[in-house]
Amino acid sequence: MMLHLSYFIAGWIFLWGLYGIVTSKNLVHQVVCLAVLQTSTYVLLLTVGYKVGGTAPVFADIPVGTPVVDPLVQALMLTDIVVEATVAALLLSMVVKSNELANTVDPEELRILTG
Amino acid sequence: MSSRARTTLFLVAAAGLAVILVLGLIDLPPMGDYRGPYGYVVTQVAVYERHATDVVNAINYDYRAFDTLGEEFILFASVVGVLLLFRPSPNQQGEQEQQKGGDLEDDEESLPVSDALRVSTQVIMGVMIVFGVYIATHGQLTPGGGFQGGVILASTPILIYLAGDVRAFEKITSSPLVKLAECGGAGGYGVIGIIALLAGTHFLTNYLPLGTTGDLFSSGTIAVISVVVGLEVTGGFVQLTQVYLREIVESQLKREE
Amino acid sequence: MRLLQYAILILVAVAAPGVVLTRDPKPQVVTLSFYGLLCGLMFFIFQAPDVALSQITIGAVMLPLLILLALTKMRRHNMRQQQKAQK
Repeated sequence: MMLHLSYFIAGWIFLWGLYGIVTSKNLVHQVVCLAVLQTSTYVLLLTVGYKVGGTAPVFADIPVGTPVVDPLVQALMLTDIVVEATVAALLLSMVVKSNELANTVDPEELRILTG
Repeated sequence: MSSRARTTLFLVAAAGLAVILVLGLIDLPPMGDYRGPYGYVVTQVAVYERHATDVVNAINYDYRAFDTLGEEFILFASVVGVLLLFRPSPNQQGEQEQQKGGDLEDDEESLPVSDALRVSTQVIMGVMIVFGVYIATHGQLTPGGGFQGGVILASTPILIYLAGDVRAFEKITSSPLVKLAECGGAGGYGVIGIIALLAGTHFLTNYLPLGTTGDLFSSGTIAVISVVVGLEVTGGFVQLTQVYLREIVESQLKREE
Repeated sequence: MRLLQYAILILVAVAAPGVVLTRDPKPQVVTLSFYGLLCGLMFFIFQAPDVALSQITIGAVMLPLLILLALTKMRRHNMRQQQKAQK
């Protein structure tokens, strides 16, 4: 049970990120909560790839054959981090534009689309 | 639906989701008990096959290079989207002409920049550029690679702007080299793959000479792809920061005159 | 080692609600940057140096920077609207 702690922490971070998105009163706060939500997937992937007694999968100074952690999952995490930055950049530009057009960053006031 | 009702509904749903997550995650192998066969195979084979000591980058730029191609194009598309969203709209141009008459009565700008900040920026800048280039080119040997080095390089113009040198920032970010780096990086990745197609093998095969493990010029296309990705990421992020700061930089330069 | 791993996991689990419960965007940027640094440290402790480099450069530098730039742009627009309303 203790060894599954990291899975539960991934779920805990995910639920807190969702809570932040649902009860947000500011669009920029929502974007940051989305970034927090994406870090829960990092914790999950990290746990899946970890091996007890393994070191970093870089063989620059250790002989080939020493036990290492899984490198494929780390490649997936790299892509995940790129996607997080990309999505946040695009969402932030949309928030700035919506502030220009509607003069508000409150998602409650943006619910009624006029025109 | 009122905000309180929404929160209550969310809490109920979150409780259900938490139960499902716990039930689903409890059957996974515990942390540290790694079972997958692919990790074992790749770590045994990657150093001998590709002469690259960093297995994560060998996977990223060689074994799964197609996924990295998609990831770079996600970044490219996002930068294009942000640039499109921020192009000056017609009524904005009309506002700017109105604004030229009476300028923004700012009490915000022109905080004097301290000397310590300026001197330390000038010292750090050179180190940062060299460090960024080092990380981007040594992708196949040590942890790092094109993406990380590109982001380090892209935060150098921001440091210049924060140190108060607005003119240098404007000159760096509006030079056509930035756009050339980004588009060249994105296109270059595709060209590297297409050359492999034209040579008769599969798309994005490693066809350059592999060299000796541990050298800088080793592991074939991994080093080239790493540099190309670094160029694209640098160009992309510099353009992002430039497009956000465009109006502010213009008004600051106008005030200096 | 295992104690270190559990400690950093608990720290990350405590910092995530801290980021979410900071409602004002400007302090939240600082909290997000600190959280990104904690995540980078977690990747380092779990033997993932590539990912740690990536997370520190993106999650602790680039993402808070982009948010601050967006906030600056919006504040400028709001100030201009206020001055127009005053005239």
